[in-house]
Amino acid sequence: MLYESSPLAIAIFATFVIGVIGLSFYLGRKGQSAQAYYAAHGEVHWFVNGIAFAGDYLSAASFLGICGMIAFHGYDGFLYSIGFLAGWIVALFVIAEPIKALGRFTFADALDARFNSRGIKLAVAISTLVVSVFYLIPQMVGAGDLIVPLLGLPHWAGVVLVGVAVTLIVVTAGMVSTTWVQFIKGSLLVFFCGVLVVLILDRGLAVNAGRPGAENLAPQVRTVRPDGSVLVDGVLQSDTHDLRPVGTILRLPERYAGKTSTGPLRPLEYLGVLEDSSIITWTPSKRVDEAGVHTTFTPVERRGIDLLKPGGYFKGLTTGKLADRLDFASLMLALFCGTASLPHILIRYYTVKDAAAARKSTVVGIAAIGAFYVLTLYLGLGAMTSGALDPTSSNMAAPLLAKSFSTTLFAIISAIAFTTVLGTVSGLIMAGSGAVAHDLVENVCGVRMTDHEKVRCGKLAAVGLGVVAMALGIIFRSFNVSFLVGWAFNIAASANLPALVMLLFWRRTTKQGIIAAVTVGMVASLGWILLSADTFEKVYGWSREASLVPFSQPGLVTIPLGFFVLVAVSLLSPRSPGLPAGPARARGSR
Amino acid sequence: MASPDESPGRRLGLVFFWIYVALYAGFMGLVLFRPDLLSLRPFGGVNLAIASGMGLIAAAFGLALLSLVVRPGR
Repeated sequence: MLYESSPLAIAIFATFVIGVIGLSFYLGRKGQSAQAYYAAHGEVHWFVNGIAFAGDYLSAASFLGICGMIAFHGYDGFLYSIGFLAGWIVALFVIAEPIKALGRFTFADALDARFNSRGIKLAVAISTLVVSVFYLIPQMVGAGDLIVPLLGLPHWAGVVLVGVAVTLIVVTAGMVSTTWVQFIKGSLLVFFCGVLVVLILDRGLAVNAGRPGAENLAPQVRTVRPDGSVLVDGVLQSDTHDLRPVGTILRLPERYAGKTSTGPLRPLEYLGVLEDSSIITWTPSKRVDEAGVHTTFTPVERRGIDLLKPGGYFKGLTTGKLADRLDFASLMLALFCGTASLPHILIRYYTVKDAAAARKSTVVGIAAIGAFYVLTLYLGLGAMTSGALDPTSSNMAAPLLAKSFSTTLFAIISAIAFTTVLGTVSGLIMAGSGAVAHDLVENVCGVRMTDHEKVRCGKLAAVGLGVVAMALGIIFRSFNVSFLVGWAFNIAASANLPALVMLLFWRRTTKQGIIAAVTVGMVASLGWILLSADTFEKVYGWSREASLVPFSQPGLVTIPLGFFVLVAVSLLSPRSPGLPAGPARARGSR
Repeated sequence: MASPDESPGRRLGLVFFWIYVALYAGFMGLVLFRPDLLSLRPFGGVNLAIASGMGLIAAAFGLALLSLVVRPGR
């Protein structure tokens, strides 16, 4: 069978999760003020903050989603890695120092620093919540996917487990515990992925993954009957009868004639051999009738060189359809612009003491994240040829790759992946909790609170967001997590980046311009996504052809729209009185 | 549109930013309009798609590090 839980796996997993929650309770025993809860006193060391950036950013999408996309579709998953990392250049060179200088607890603080406008706070708080919720969905989906093989529990149980654990982490010590959870997670993730890549290179590449039975290339049919029961090749799925694991090399290059395995390979040599090999990938096709939904997985022989070039997932790159190309360009623009617009990333700049520390921590973050993305290429390709893939779930590629080495490694990697979800979700819940308690309740509604009440309000908001996250994770369970994260990046880039950049670089920016840009960017990108072909097909279950927009990713239209609206509205509105705390302040430390 | 922050450090950072934008745009241009070129293997082992992707990741780190060296933390 593809999945079976083991006592060792459960023990390692439990140790990780209990350790993380225990750390949170320990940190929570120290006194808490609003400054501690929302910004960890602003005293986090830049190196710790840099690794915590990696822990915050390397989400389920980066680990589970990209590995799965590379394992199933080849090079195109790596394009996500390139786009995700490129966004950090915007953060480092454009945003890092100013955002540190302008803000206090939340992203809204920075955008509102010059104006003291209730409208800006309201618009930005709503945008923060929308982006955070869209980013939460894939994390929760990934958590549910992990729990199925690790603990043998249903998907929803994993979602609830993450929701409860993260709510506990955030409620106990806010940004202090969130920072340390993200630091530990970022360190473990990069280290153990490095270990896994060393094992992949040491194993090299082997025909049929060197496994008995992997040469069986007969198509497999999975049927979900109306009563929910599952058949595999016409027989009820059970512990002894399941889909066969897939993903193998059919033929090695000619220079390995007569051999079935390459033996250990150097990093670049591994890629070269793979390019010259023939690989079996499995293509699903779906049919629905009165007996249920039948998915047939059919083996396809493909050249390695074709899998290691663009076009495996983004079909428009090879078919040449304009709409598909625009869709891809739009996604890549959103990834580039989105990182520096994500509220949960931006609030991490408030946890260090000054602008120099903000810059240094970003460089450390780029180093850790860049190294990780290089590793994901090997993880994905290693999974593609491991003979261990579940043809029904791309999100499980990395843990199943680990399982092809040993059950212990599988347990460790799954536990780290789960901790990955905890780290990112806690950052998102922190950002959302700040938006509700600090921006909406305190600043927009004008509720005066003591320091203690501010913290309590933030914790209540965190509990509410945790419940919402759990519900969404269960509803969206069938989506690839990288795909879902693309939506969050589009909304963040469209709603937040134009206002942030223009505030920093254009003196004529007015509060009306910022409110209009945030609102229009958010509504337009959200509306575009809801009307797109991908949403029609995968969420509503309707025909793609019925969609009302020409391509699915909105950024190419809605990011420039945000800039245009800001400039137009600013020019049409009276100049805002320039406060001394304006953009010029951005270059200095607080 | 003039930047309100004309400090040399910030200006240098923006120069690095535009250098990276040019690299990223060039790579995406190849992916969008000449993906066939990315199958070439000018360096022997790996193809241009892998080499340029790795190169972009290395360039991000290189520029980030350079920004610290050229303008040490204040």
